[in-house]
Amino acid sequence: MKITFKVYRFDPQSGKAPYLQDFPVEVTPGMTILDALGEIKAHQDGTLVYRRSCRSGICGSCAMKINGFNRLACETQALLLKQSVIHVEPLPGLKPIKDLAVDMEIFYEALARVKHWLINPDPPPTDKERYQSPEDFKKIEVSTSCILCASCTASCPSFWADKNYLGPAAILKAYRYSFDTRDKGFADRVGALDNKHGLWRCHTIMNCTDCCPKHINPTESICHLRRMTVENKY
Amino acid sequence: MTIHQHEVLIIGAGMAGLRAAIEANKVADVAVLTKIFPTRSHSGAAQGGMAGALGNLDDDNWEFHMFDTVKGSDYLGDQDAIEIMCREAPELVYELEHMGTPFSRTPEGKIAQRRFGGHTLNFGEKPALRANYSADYTGHVVLHCLYDQCVKNSVRFYSEFLVTYLIIKDNVCRGVVAWDIRHGGLHVFHAKAVMFGTGGYGRAWRITTNAFANTGDGLGVALTAGLPLEDMEFVQFHPTGLYKSGILMTEGARGEGGYLKNKDEERFMKRYAPNLMELGPRDLVSRSIQTEIIEGRGAQTPEQKSKGIPGDFVWLDVTHLGEAKLREVLPQIFDLSKNFVGVDPAKAPVPIQPTAHYSMGGIPVNAAGRVVCDAKNTEVRGLYAAGECACMSIHGANRLGCNSTLDATFHGRQTGRTIARDIGNLTYEDLPPEAAQEAQAQIDWYYKATGKENLYDIRGDLQDTMQKNLGIFREAKGLEAQLQILGELKKRFSNISLKDKSQEFNTELQEAIELGNLLSFAETIVVGALARQECRGAHWRTDHPARDDAKWLKHTLAYREEGKIRLDYKPVVITRFQPKERKY
Repeated sequence: MKITFKVYRFDPQSGKAPYLQDFPVEVTPGMTILDALGEIKAHQDGTLVYRRSCRSGICGSCAMKINGFNRLACETQALLLKQSVIHVEPLPGLKPIKDLAVDMEIFYEALARVKHWLINPDPPPTDKERYQSPEDFKKIEVSTSCILCASCTASCPSFWADKNYLGPAAILKAYRYSFDTRDKGFADRVGALDNKHGLWRCHTIMNCTDCCPKHINPTESICHLRRMTVENKY
Repeated sequence: MTIHQHEVLIIGAGMAGLRAAIEANKVADVAVLTKIFPTRSHSGAAQGGMAGALGNLDDDNWEFHMFDTVKGSDYLGDQDAIEIMCREAPELVYELEHMGTPFSRTPEGKIAQRRFGGHTLNFGEKPALRANYSADYTGHVVLHCLYDQCVKNSVRFYSEFLVTYLIIKDNVCRGVVAWDIRHGGLHVFHAKAVMFGTGGYGRAWRITTNAFANTGDGLGVALTAGLPLEDMEFVQFHPTGLYKSGILMTEGARGEGGYLKNKDEERFMKRYAPNLMELGPRDLVSRSIQTEIIEGRGAQTPEQKSKGIPGDFVWLDVTHLGEAKLREVLPQIFDLSKNFVGVDPAKAPVPIQPTAHYSMGGIPVNAAGRVVCDAKNTEVRGLYAAGECACMSIHGANRLGCNSTLDATFHGRQTGRTIARDIGNLTYEDLPPEAAQEAQAQIDWYYKATGKENLYDIRGDLQDTMQKNLGIFREAKGLEAQLQILGELKKRFSNISLKDKSQEFNTELQEAIELGNLLSFAETIVVGALARQECRGAHWRTDHPARDDAKWLKHTLAYREEGKIRLDYKPVVITRFQPKERKY
């Protein structure tokens, strides 16, 4: 089946405004958006720019806006979208660098603000693991499958309006460590969380949860952290 | 050309690079250079676990692990290095846990462990629970944990930089030249110590588990710099890749009890590995699957059935494990099956086929992680390598599942420690001016090239022909043909042109450089495979159908000299376990 891909083109060096370019692609069953972009780059326009690596939904490189929805290009099959025209655009809310590639710096900086590592001043046992019950592991398990693709943060209207907002991905990371029974770092993170660019900026719109390719619910994590913040305060 | 100076430069930000960075950063100024953002590294695609004889659920110990690794390697692994790794593996896993890696847990709260191919108790008696896992996200959570630790420790990253040139003069490494993908332009990185952790090269095949990034760049630039590559003919095909795409379906699926079935729904592994069945080592299981397909017992798609075409895949059946268990221990397998072959693995078997997965060979290093450049193991001053791009050799002719995540992390740490010890005696050596000039000339060539060939077609032809001629079964005829094909592909490559002439974020240029690397080291694989007239591990010659220890119990070293590949050999280190016939 022939599908027209309307692909966002932008080259800051050209001085031209961004535009959508049509690329017709013969789509076969199983073909993903990433496959189609590869076909376009190989045989229609070698100048097309996008990021990709694992093509199996784990590296988080190829999140983009596909027919208005943030998804991973690699695991989205073109035919399953049931459209003869597919719009492919960069993630919204982040600065486009070229075509479908965006500047991820503020996304990574937000992560660092929540101190995304285990904090525990007590030394671990010398010759074995720290124990953790399967139930306690379950509390953080889903959050550890975050691939930092930025689909969530880039779908968040609160983030669009406030680029200093941590965004759902960074807050999820704060949850992942703060709710890990091996961690004692909440006090170190709460400063970044408990302010108007942190937990309280979330309006529970839940776009993040809708679009997460790993089925994570960042909004729920935000609510848990709000409760933890309040409980620690009063 | 911008010149940066860092005492230690690590190329690649997967498990090996990140773990090394944490170690070296304790005593030196470290920079990590990576062509993709660290957490995008392909270490994150490892699913099933990390080997380590913790004995949390059985009476495992490191000597069993060592024996299995040696036997799995078809006795080509160097036993001194294997011993150190297996002995210290539990401590390494504990350390990762202490750093914050989230592991699945036993009811008592210990790290959960599962079975994996070729890992046994009591020297082959029965499967061992040795794979330490986090559902089927093990590589992902370890990679992210290591990245988190690097940020905590303020390791400096240069993301989206592609190394194009390794500066070695008088057997001393002085740094590298790298292309800034995002902004364009070459940068010289002047360093006292350089470590490669650049990963594998599965992208030379059509059906592969590997990421687009796995183009063996480290191997390409090392070969160009005059270094040999070791044991390149040993390429692992993972038994269970999703049909057509080759995307990884973890061995953990079989570790949890999954079956392999042919078109008659027969568990065919009983004919090949009656004791371990589906948990045989990967070389054996992949050969068994391929044999079923060749002998007409491959499963068929409805289309193949209607047209009477023989099937070219088999089934991975986990339906009997039940949805609840699958969702608990193999959640990623669920999504992958649904997204890429449209199958719910709780309800129906998943079509799979062997898929190019791992390079046992690589840049030769000694047990300390220092790169060596000849059969006498002469060290290259200031140059190190770890992980999949290195060949120590831990995995010999065939790697066991879960030993790569261990190898990368363990030798990342070991090599980082070696660098930390060496750094006081290393200095910034003079940069030869011709290095930058040559690196610039290489880049200029791409921009000026006006040929008619399409680089993507060349890459596709490389992948198709490697798939055909350097697959699970090999013979002289196909290998000779492939050597000729590589010559033609190189000729076509010299006649490409780029559509994209821009400097900033020119991914076409990047892919051209990567293809150059693929074409460069692919020749070492073919020449090594043609010379090695025996069957050992993953290298299976149908025209020489037996292992030949008298002639071939040795490591291959492949050099490129005056455009041709020259082979040399060096002995295998054998300590505890003498070579025996390998049965499972």
